Amino acid sequence: MTHRNGTRQLDVQALARVEGEGALHVTITDGELTTVELNIYEPPRFFEAFLRGRSYTEPPDITARICGICPVAYQMSSCLAIEDACGVVVDGQLAALRHILYCGEWIESHVLHIYMLHAPDFLGYAGAIAMAQDHRGIVERGLRLKKLGNRLLEVIGGRAIHPINVRVGGFYRVPTVSELAELVPELEWARQAALDTVEWVAGFPMPDYEGDWDLLALAGEDHYPFMGSRIGSVSGRAQFSVPQFSAHVHEEHVAHSTALHGRLDTGEYAVGPLARYSLNQALLPPLARAAAADAGLRGECRNPFKSIIVRAVEVVAACEEALRLIGEYSPPSEPAVPVMPRSGVGHGASEAPRGLLYHRYEIDSEGIITSATIVPPTSQNQRAIEHDLAHVVEANLDLDDETLTARCEQTIRNYDPCISCSTHFLDLRVVRL
Amino acid sequence: MTAAVPKVAVWKFASCDGCQLSLLDCEDELLAVAGAVELAHFLEASSATVAGPYDLSIVEGSVSTASDIERIAHIREESNVLISIGACATAGGIQALRNFADVGEYVSVVYARPDYIETLSTSTPISDHVAVDYELRGCPVNKSQLLHVISSFLLGRRPRLPSSSVCVECKARGTTCVMVAHGTACLGPVTHAGCGAICPAFDRGCYGCYGPADTVSTTAFVQLLRSLPVSDRAIERVFRTFNANAPGFRDIPGSEHAAVGSPRATS
Ligand code: SF4
Ligand code: SF4
Repeated sequence: MTHRNGTRQLDVQALARVEGEGALHVTITDGELTTVELNIYEPPRFFEAFLRGRSYTEPPDITARICGICPVAYQMSSCLAIEDACGVVVDGQLAALRHILYCGEWIESHVLHIYMLHAPDFLGYAGAIAMAQDHRGIVERGLRLKKLGNRLLEVIGGRAIHPINVRVGGFYRVPTVSELAELVPELEWARQAALDTVEWVAGFPMPDYEGDWDLLALAGEDHYPFMGSRIGSVSGRAQFSVPQFSAHVHEEHVAHSTALHGRLDTGEYAVGPLARYSLNQALLPPLARAAAADAGLRGECRNPFKSIIVRAVEVVAACEEALRLIGEYSPPSEPAVPVMPRSGVGHGASEAPRGLLYHRYEIDSEGIITSATIVPPTSQNQRAIEHDLAHVVEANLDLDDETLTARCEQTIRNYDPCISCSTHFLDLRVVRL
Repeated sequence: MTAAVPKVAVWKFASCDGCQLSLLDCEDELLAVAGAVELAHFLEASSATVAGPYDLSIVEGSVSTASDIERIAHIREESNVLISIGACATAGGIQALRNFADVGEYVSVVYARPDYIETLSTSTPISDHVAVDYELRGCPVNKSQLLHVISSFLLGRRPRLPSSSVCVECKARGTTCVMVAHGTACLGPVTHAGCGAICPAFDRGCYGCYGPADTVSTTAFVQLLRSLPVSDRAIERVFRTFNANAPGFRDIPGSEHAAVGSPRATS
């Protein structure tokens, strides 16, 4: 932080408690905010480039390695896209197993973020380990919840980070009824612990602020959306099917970031828990819906600071959904449906914990990938994050640098930015700056 | 090293964060570990950082930019013991596929403004740049092995982990061999032990995410794979994943594309 000729500069060189690498630069000149830059300096890893020439069976394993915190999101969006290209629909119990697996990832990722990354901001700690000195019981509850999420990933996926059991068409081996039934007692505990989590975070001091851009998410049909085919926005202005994604969302490459910035043709937008909730809250399972109401959430939630409450509500929903699906489970006769390659284009989208994740592949008649596009949530949110930051800085110019910097970091963490994810996409329509 | 409580730092280079997440996934041990050491730098977990020197540095990720080279040299100077964890840090990771290609073309495919991107033409392991005291394999690492390695160094001992193959772990676990029983191509015989042979237990062939085993010949094994109904291209692809740049995997016999070059900035 430097003060020079009436210019005040806030710099956070390495953001903590985000997954990946980012920095923040804010310049205030003569009491006026002049620039806000969220700088993503995560080195590019070029997934979309080296996916070309790979087999259509490989994206679930390869794209999982984009993010260790949400590998299942990458596996699901890629499977859906490849299956779409090959004209296959995976449904019934195989789809239910994918759904349970995804519930495990939501629980693991959301709980990590709520307890270890974000709550310390609201309560004034450097991290969960420092927080545990004063709130050990609460941190232990979070760790046990996270472990349960990981347990679901291990039983269905083979391991928690980069599950090995996911394939195009389904799985290599499906669990037995009793393997899943063994998870039920801990899931029942987790459902209650998640309800307690909602109550805990709803009591945090919430800065007053509402974002004014559109919110984009999958539009669920019968259930709160994890995987789906239609995309909607809270304003109602954007309504399209998944294959239309790249016709509506454009990405720009700016100098201060190795992540591209997303822009919707109808205006600025953000993805993530607020978008999912605002668009689909009527589809939440009963306990999650009641918990949201008790926490003071209404039909729409536009305060990004309250995303921590929505995440907690979604943990309740994930526990309820997993329990429902396990109760209805009967093992499918085959672990996967056959998927034969054919030349074509496929699109897939699912709700990663951080928001909408879109994949598109072109494959040839031998099943070799000729083009790949991946649009992760954090890149879509980068512009909204910068907007929020500008607002927060302008509204709090009277705070000292240290407090203001902490508030800025909290603002960034509202989006649980996964910076590792956002550093690679391509094949977009680019608007030059 | 005067501190009574050891100072531990966790560093990230090009990676997916999965290996350092393994540490946070030690739900049962995390608070105990955090009580026994001073976590002096672990940005994924805490915004509080303490300046070096460090008793133990844990490094995730590969070296892929010019500034990475300087940063790892500095970390080495500040660290008494330095261990690298995961396929990215020990072999260059999946992002080392650029080592077999033209990185300039990669940049132009992914980015609208290649002039904004600064990257090396290669992704390389930490040990190509500084001395490393221990390398823990896996994509991702096995969290129990990670705890074992950390506690060994903190107690001043050498970690003791098997250097055999996944095949040996499969036998120990009593899994029927997927190659013998179903003719499924499996890299278990040439892949480093450590995962506990997860894939064959799920009716899947090992795809080598722990990298090459220390003492086996990939050449003989590739001949064996060729006897299965698997194309040469598919064989090449399975070695060209998360440990593509590891010696033993990178020069697969019969492959047209060998790894190239040493680090070179492209912009
Ligand atoms: S080795 Fe694999 S799991 Fe570990 S950081 Fe690299 S990509 Fe992620
Ligand atoms: S690919 Fe091989 S090394 Fe990796 S988890 Fe599967 S069996 Fe283990």
